[in-house]
Amino acid sequence: MTDLSSNIILVIAVTSIATYLSRSLGVLFSERIDENSKIFRLFDCIAYSTLAALISKVVVFPAGDLGEANNLVRFIVVFVCVGVFFIAKRNLVYPTVLSAILLTVLIKFV
Amino acid sequence: MISSGYFLKGFKSVRSADSPAIALGCSFLAIGALLKNIGFNFQQSFFSTFFTYALPGQLVMAESFLIGASLINIFVGVWLVNARLFPMAISMFPLLKNKNQPKWKYYLSCHFLAVSSWLIMKKDYRTIHEDYRIDFWMGIGTATWSIAIFSTVLGFVVSDYLSKDMMIGLAIVNPVYFFCMLLGSMKNIVIGTSVILGTILGPVFYLVSPEWCILYGGVTAGVIAFLVGEFND
Repeated sequence: MTDLSSNIILVIAVTSIATYLSRSLGVLFSERIDENSKIFRLFDCIAYSTLAALISKVVVFPAGDLGEANNLVRFIVVFVCVGVFFIAKRNLVYPTVLSAILLTVLIKFV
Repeated sequence: MISSGYFLKGFKSVRSADSPAIALGCSFLAIGALLKNIGFNFQQSFFSTFFTYALPGQLVMAESFLIGASLINIFVGVWLVNARLFPMAISMFPLLKNKNQPKWKYYLSCHFLAVSSWLIMKKDYRTIHEDYRIDFWMGIGTATWSIAIFSTVLGFVVSDYLSKDMMIGLAIVNPVYFFCMLLGSMKNIVIGTSVILGTILGPVFYLVSPEWCILYGGVTAGVIAFLVGEFND
């Protein structure tokens, strides 16, 4: 096995452990939490807001390929797709498919 | 052991009109192509999604690997970006608790915890009998996890045919899908406040601390939304 291969295996192992840690600790703590308790409601709020923070961070300060589309294009795509989502009576398929097509087209022109 | 009826019901839930299959598929397709481009082989790409199954974490892993970061740096980076899974687990697993169900189901199935499966479960859990929610959850998780693994493999295979523009186009699908899904879940003032404040504070805290912005923004917004809810009760 080459050094690079063994490095990649270690990287995958470390990534998997770091990810499972958050998931399993959540299960461990949730054993003592009642679904009608205040602490449950608090974590429910934090879960929703953390997801929203993650998604908006990805759009506003993207890493990887998305960073190559400029800010204006990304914002236009998100706003148009959110508009389509509500116009289409909360159907998720139309905005999802449209987002990829719209961004691919717009980055050629803007 | 596992109620096959409820497991299959959960498994089939990804076929619904608001299924995350397309968004999930596009995102992991891009991950598969990315992993091939940075030097992962077929098996390594497969096992990356098989064992991790967390898109932002895998992106951090790929970027860190590219710049030659140490294993400890990768561990901390991935743990930070995936820390959202902790409150997500706490806000979901109490809904699945049942004293007749063995603990191994909870610790095994927590591997399926992701934004897609979590949002489906939060939307549908009331329609499932309490005794079988964990089996329903295992069905949802197995389906979304399978889609992610299949798409990673597909992305690896077709990576040579994906242009840069197509990769950029695929990268926007996931945030758009989940943002719409979050907006759709704003059914009361507390969740609405959580989502709106989280959306604003995530990027704001990025200006202060790029590594911790999701946690700082999420926790601050979540606590404020919780207090808003308590004040209104």
